Amino acid sequence: MRCDFADSLLQGYFDGELSGRRASEFERHLRHCVHCATELVDLDLLRDRLQLAQLYEPATASLRRKINAPLHAIAPTTAASQPLLWHWLAAAAALLFVAIVLGRVGPRLHIDDYQAELAGEIVDAYVRSLQPGHMNSIASNDERVVKGWFDAKLKFAIPVRDFANDGFALQGGRLDVVEGRSVAVLVYARPGHLINVFIWRTREPDTSARTGSRQGFQWVDWRKGKMEFCAVSDADRVDLEQLHQLIDSSA
Amino acid sequence: MSELGVEDRARFEQLVLPHVDAAFNLARWLLRGRTDAEDVAQEALLRACRFFRGFHGGDARAWLLQIVRNTCYTWLEKNRPMELSMEFDEELHLQTCATPETLAIASDDRKRLILALETLPPRFREVLVLRELEGCSYKEIAAITSIPIGTVMSSLSRARRQLYSALTNSGHKEAAREV
Repeated sequence: MRCDFADSLLQGYFDGELSGRRASEFERHLRHCVHCATELVDLDLLRDRLQLAQLYEPATASLRRKINAPLHAIAPTTAASQPLLWHWLAAAAALLFVAIVLGRVGPRLHIDDYQAELAGEIVDAYVRSLQPGHMNSIASNDERVVKGWFDAKLKFAIPVRDFANDGFALQGGRLDVVEGRSVAVLVYARPGHLINVFIWRTREPDTSARTGSRQGFQWVDWRKGKMEFCAVSDADRVDLEQLHQLIDSSA
Repeated sequence: MSELGVEDRARFEQLVLPHVDAAFNLARWLLRGRTDAEDVAQEALLRACRFFRGFHGGDARAWLLQIVRNTCYTWLEKNRPMELSMEFDEELHLQTCATPETLAIASDDRKRLILALETLPPRFREVLVLRELEGCSYKEIAAITSIPIGTVMSSLSRARRQLYSALTNSGHKEAAREV
C-alpha cells in the first residue's frame, strides 16, 4: 500500500529539506500513517547501509598527477613552483611542522591524538581562508585600516605595517583559530608569492629567528615583546628573513 | 587553456581543485568504473579550466559537478548509448541486470550495494550519489542536473525505492510492480 501524501513529502522530510511549517504538517500525518512511519525507518536503514559501505571513491593518485601536469604546462614562469593540488595540504603540513618544532605540542605526549586534532584545525583554518567572502578577513593596503580592524577584534594589539617601499606590499589580514585560540594573520605580497605572518600572544621570552622548510614551504619564527610571529610562504627564505627584519625593527 | 592567467589559475586552484574527489566520485558512479572515470574526470577538469573565466563565483562544487555530469553523459552517448536508452525501460533494466541471483552471488554487503546502485538507471543513480555520497542539497542537485527541485525529490523517491527493492530478495518483482 502506498500513501500519496508520503510520496510528495516523505523524501523532503527525510532529507531535512522541508520548511518548518511543512515539516510539522508531515509530522502530524506521521502519527496516523503506519506506511510513512515504516518507510522512514526503511530509508534510515538504507542510508545507514550506504554510509557503512563507504562507497565514496576519492580521486586516484594518477588522476591528481594528470590534472597537475596540464595546469603546470600553462603556468607562467613567475608562478609558484609548488604542486598546485597539494598547495594547501603542504601549507597545512608546514604549519603543523612549525607548531611541533616550536614545542607547543608536548614532545610525544599524546602526540598522535593531539597532532591529528591540531592538523585538522590548521587545515580547516587554511581552507576557510581560501573561501571567497571569508567573514573574518580584511583586504586593504592601508595599515591604519587593517590595524583598526584587528584592534576591534583582538584582545591584544598587533603591529601592522605596510612595507611596500621595501617590496612587501600589505594585502590585508584575517583572523584564524589555531589550537582554539585566535591568531592574527597578516598577508603580504611579494612578486609571485603571498606571505602569511601568523601572530599570537605568548609568555615566552624573546628569541632570534628560527627557520625551516617543509615540502618547499619556508617558515621563519621569532618572538618579540610577548608576541610570537611565524611567517610562512613559498617565497625564498631570504625574503622571509628580510620581512622579519622589517617587522622586528618597526615593532 | 593557455589563456588562464596567474590570478585565474590561483582562483582555479583555490575554488575548483578542492573538488577533484567529488568530480571523480560522480564520474565513477555514472560510468560504473574507475578507469573510464579517470579519463572523463580529467577531461571535465580541463573543460572546467577552459570555462573558468565564465565562472563568476557561487558554488564551485556544483559548477564543477555540472561539467563532470555533462562530460559523462556525452561520453556515455558516444561509447555506451544502450545504457542511456534503457533508462526509461526500468522493468526491463531490472530484469536484465539486478536479479536476486546476481545480488546473492555478491559476497558482502558493500558489493551488493555497489551492484544494486550500478543497476539503477543513470538519472536515478546520479541523484542518489549526489545526495547520499556527496551530501548535496536538493538545490545543489537541481543545479548540477538541470532538473527542477520537485523532480529531484521524486527522482530520489523512485531511486531509493528501486535500490531498496533491488537489495531485498524479492527485489526485481517488487520494483517492477511499483514502476
